[in-house]
Amino acid sequence: MNQPLLEVENLRFRFRGQEQDVVQDVSFRLGRNETLCIVGESGCGKSVTALALMGLLPQDSVQFGAGRIRFDGETFAPGDHDRIAKMRGDRMAMIFQEPMTSLNPAFRIGDQIAEAVERHRNCGHAAARARALEMLGKVGIPAPEQRFDAYPHQLSGGMRQRVMIAMALANDPELLIADEPTTALDVTVQAQILELIAELQAETGMGTIMITHDLGVVAEIATNVAVMYAGQVVEYGSARSIFENPQHPYTIGLMASVPSLTGPRRRLSTVPGVVPAIGQMPEGCRFSSRCPFAAPVCAARPDLAEQDPGHRVACHFAPLEQTLERSA
Amino acid sequence: MMAQPATPATLKPQLMTDPVLQKRPENRVWKKFRSHRSAMLGGLLVGLFVLMAVFAPILPIPDPTATDWGAVRQAPSAAHWLGTDEIGRDVLSRLVWGAQASLLAGVISVGIAVAFGVPMGILAGYFGGWTDGIISRCTEALLAVPFLILAIALAAFLGPSLTNAMIAIGLSATPVFVRLTRGQVISVKAEDFVEGAHAIGLSTPKILSRYIFPNILPPVLVQATLTIATAIIAEASLSFLGLGQQPPAPSWGSMLNTAKNFLSQAPWMAMWPGIAIFLVVLGFNLLGDGLRDALDPREH
Repeated sequence: MNQPLLEVENLRFRFRGQEQDVVQDVSFRLGRNETLCIVGESGCGKSVTALALMGLLPQDSVQFGAGRIRFDGETFAPGDHDRIAKMRGDRMAMIFQEPMTSLNPAFRIGDQIAEAVERHRNCGHAAARARALEMLGKVGIPAPEQRFDAYPHQLSGGMRQRVMIAMALANDPELLIADEPTTALDVTVQAQILELIAELQAETGMGTIMITHDLGVVAEIATNVAVMYAGQVVEYGSARSIFENPQHPYTIGLMASVPSLTGPRRRLSTVPGVVPAIGQMPEGCRFSSRCPFAAPVCAARPDLAEQDPGHRVACHFAPLEQTLERSA
Repeated sequence: MMAQPATPATLKPQLMTDPVLQKRPENRVWKKFRSHRSAMLGGLLVGLFVLMAVFAPILPIPDPTATDWGAVRQAPSAAHWLGTDEIGRDVLSRLVWGAQASLLAGVISVGIAVAFGVPMGILAGYFGGWTDGIISRCTEALLAVPFLILAIALAAFLGPSLTNAMIAIGLSATPVFVRLTRGQVISVKAEDFVEGAHAIGLSTPKILSRYIFPNILPPVLVQATLTIATAIIAEASLSFLGLGQQPPAPSWGSMLNTAKNFLSQAPWMAMWPGIAIFLVVLGFNLLGDGLRDALDPREH
């Protein structure tokens, strides 16, 4: 395997004044042209992980532990805000969940994109505008030279998300972090946006981290999947191995709670309970409070151990088949 | 428009007539404002007084300081439409020139208040912490003193003149703008687009000037308009007390001051400046209310 674009090792941080880590020992790697999907339910630390990578968490309220980030051959600490700030918007970009509120209502969309270009490229205003216009065309906005002068409120949600994408990709970033970019959109528009991101990725070869809780999206676009629960990666592997052979009880629970279009109709299964709040996390395996297989051994924290090549699971009972056979 | 990079030509025609793109956003606020009757009345009143003030030098009226001992305290007549005052000066002329002092005082003092208050409010709201602590405590201390008392104290301290009165009124009105701006900034900075601005790597000054400031402007504009009305009353009050415009230069407040001695003999001396103050203050209040309604994003 060639040199990955982004390697995150043991990312760990907590908010000041809290007893427990918000995100604990998150590690993953992402190659060029690859898509890593981070999945998990609300409140499991997906978005906060992305914000930490982008250096967007309020500096004075976050304490980073050890751990490091290697981005395009450069290694730095996750709390190295100055270093990250230089790359932010230029070599790494982010799109957010809410296209409706993510654009400045007081400015024309074209100018907003041009501003992002001007900030990072040593180019004049005219060149920045030309680039903005080019990007508007690229993200499939009809009549870009007219839309250039539109205000955000004149555009639909899907259009605005396209503008956000244009803004994020205007500087040809190597890494794109998309935080639930389609959650707020209609299903048909969702598909278009995902397709657009995939197209642009194929064109530029950027690495993409997609945060989502939609497993349909994951199946569609992911190269690798990291399943997060309560700030920990509980299962990590290629999309194929995760879907075909999910090992962690939480992953299995997530998969089971997706409605199926075929097969008999039955009550949708759910994972009981909610993610515990910080400070009320169980010791050891954080999922043990909701896990059907929980046993005394779960009071010790399981390692994220390799089950199959490239497929890692943090569960004492993995592989589950054997456990089930033994107990049967 | 500038040179275009290649775009799919097929996409162009359909949107040339797109109604959304044809409509300019300014029109929406203007349209709403226009249909607001009392706001238009306010605008008309304010416009009238502004015209009066601007064209005072070229209007066919006597010199406002020219005395005529043969026509002292005369009732309104063909020669003096609004009558004359205690030393024979033309009341209409003094009223017209007084509009200059009043409007100038209103606009400049509010300008001072905005120029100090808004940046302070932005600093306090955006940075929070001890910056906010210091600015907010000072603001509250100033707010604890009644507006007019503070203005009188400052004007007395600075010495009586129109300029000093404007400074005094401006400083007294500053805390309101600090508080308003601070609150607005706190709500705007939590918006997603500000986080988006961080994500594209914009610098703090840029975020403040391009993302925060334009989005707090509407309420500040409304408050400024309403405060002009208050400032005009304050200027008239200070002039009435002899702390503003100094005689013989005309000012509505000082006209009222002299008029109070002749209320029974020459009521018009008090009536006209009183009506003028009433109308211009009404005008600014109506205008401010209209602006508030027109700029309210919730009603769009």
